[in-house]
Amino acid sequence: MLKYIIRRVLQTIPVLIGVSILVFSLMHLIPGNPAQIIAGEGASEQTVRQIEERLGLNDPIHIQYFNYMSGVLQGDLGNSVRSGRAVSDEIATRFWVTVELSFYATVLAVFIGLMAGIISAVRRYTLADTAIMIVALFGLSMPNFWLGLVLIDWFAIGGDWLPDWAKLRPSGWGDSWRQVILPVITLGTGGAAIIARMTRSSMLEVINQDYIRTARAKGLTDRIVTYRHALKNALIPVVTVVGLEFGGFLGGAVLTETIFAINGMGRLTVQAITQRDFPIVQGAVLVLSVLFVFVNLIVDISYKLLNKRIDLN
Amino acid sequence: MEETILDVRGLRTSFFTDEGEVKAVDGVSFSVPKGKTLGIVGESGSGKSITSLSILRLLAENGKVVDGEIRYKGENILDFSEKKMRSLRGNKISMIFQEPMTSLNPVFTVGQQISESLTTHQGMNKKQAMAKSVDLLKLVGIPSPEKRVTQYPYELSGGMRQRVMIAMALACNPEVLVADEPTTALDVTIQAQILGLMKDLQNRLGMSIILITHDLGVVAETCDYVAVMYAGQVVEYSDVRTLFRKPRHPYTVGLLKSLPRPDADQEKLVPIHGMVPSPFNMPKGCRFAPRCPAATDLCREKLPDLFDDGEGNQVRCWIYDEEWPGPKEVDVFGEKRIAQG
Repeated sequence: MLKYIIRRVLQTIPVLIGVSILVFSLMHLIPGNPAQIIAGEGASEQTVRQIEERLGLNDPIHIQYFNYMSGVLQGDLGNSVRSGRAVSDEIATRFWVTVELSFYATVLAVFIGLMAGIISAVRRYTLADTAIMIVALFGLSMPNFWLGLVLIDWFAIGGDWLPDWAKLRPSGWGDSWRQVILPVITLGTGGAAIIARMTRSSMLEVINQDYIRTARAKGLTDRIVTYRHALKNALIPVVTVVGLEFGGFLGGAVLTETIFAINGMGRLTVQAITQRDFPIVQGAVLVLSVLFVFVNLIVDISYKLLNKRIDLN
Repeated sequence: MEETILDVRGLRTSFFTDEGEVKAVDGVSFSVPKGKTLGIVGESGSGKSITSLSILRLLAENGKVVDGEIRYKGENILDFSEKKMRSLRGNKISMIFQEPMTSLNPVFTVGQQISESLTTHQGMNKKQAMAKSVDLLKLVGIPSPEKRVTQYPYELSGGMRQRVMIAMALACNPEVLVADEPTTALDVTIQAQILGLMKDLQNRLGMSIILITHDLGVVAETCDYVAVMYAGQVVEYSDVRTLFRKPRHPYTVGLLKSLPRPDADQEKLVPIHGMVPSPFNMPKGCRFAPRCPAATDLCREKLPDLFDDGEGNQVRCWIYDEEWPGPKEVDVFGEKRIAQG
């Protein structure tokens, strides 16, 4: 087991190097001279030269990568070309907002997804099952930017029950649950649908196993058979999905944050892209990618731990 | 006459599928005397496993007992409420299954799984149940039971797991143990150990066993009575000596003839030609008639009842009825049988 963990951790190294190369290349993959793009259309040649000099764009590309990476490893992601502030500072204030949003969305997805999946499986082929699965299909198919807009329209503008996000201070994230609830629903719905479907199919598979028949032959009640014997086995594959959903939310938060004007990593990235603030884009994408790689690492290890007993059959 | 603990009469179990009704068990009768072992023998698909699941009422959702009686100590358990039935399962009547590798829950320890029966049926607390589980593991011959009780099924071999299954089944001192091919998945030396263990425990605890198997060797070694099943029906029921000395139903004769026996002076094994009929297309008369060397028009037209010879031995064959239209001396797979008529 320890060997597996060590191997799995070592495997992330090439992935991380690959990610860093990709992120670094962003600036160079965009057609034209980055310094020119940063400086703007009408900038004088001298300004462009100065920017090139400042960003080290005249060095050979591998030297540039090496310089960038040695900065990254020391926590220096460069400076914003717009505000001049350190990229790491810009990210630090927004990082936890996105993590928090993704975490709440995961909690919601797990809670709703599990309940719906279990009900569906226990009452399979009934009206309740069909209804849940149709709703789940909708949840899965709805793009979340659309869902977000509809929710704002219904509950904030139309219903007047919740604050109008357009008027909120962007820094006001997390002031109250009223502010948090719609973004969390927007982000979490797709995940809830996936978890519901996964739980259902996993439960149905487990219910047909021999050991479920053994449990019934012991004279246990259906409740105990379902919730103790079946569910514990059925949840193993679901755990993986939950982890992956959390990772997906971190990246998927871009749209939700933009719609609800939440100052998280996603919104920061979008703004940086429109302002051609390359260091911020690089830094944000790098941080999110590294986080995603680590979430995956944890998912893999926990799955292996949970599955150990079955794996060796 | 021995005391009968379980009496099955005219049991019919069907599965309702998209293609129609499958009569998996269609007229099965036998009785299990107290402290004895009844073997149910038959080919795959003859309905023997379904019979055992019917007794515990553990059929899949689309399966249903459509007719018949299953009397446990005189009471028809088919009339029991689900709650009353649960109090019987794993307590008075328990069951062990064919596949020890998949019949234990992988996410619970051996001890947790054995304790569950004890806390459910005997009102023990967890600590008492755990202590009893250790005793039970010792009883079924598992070395260092204190250690094993905390292990997960994946840490045990197939033979060990089957012993755990037996320990689980015996937890509440059942009166009837239904064993559905308990040794089929195990290798031969382990098979002998498990069968020996079951026999030994039966002598010590006095329970009755229903042993489902397709292995006539196992039957000869362990059973007192035998019910031979063919295509969902019992075709012959008798004590084990009579069955092996003088099988009466042509199918039983054929089965024994197809078995190599060191004591008999046989040159070739005699196969039973043809195939088991499809449950969707059962023959009108005797179900064995299409494969029977002695079949007459009567056999093909009309299904025989189980005829009793007055000594408790029963056979479902026209040869042993007054209506038999064939010759007095009948040749069945090279053996002579004297007709009744």
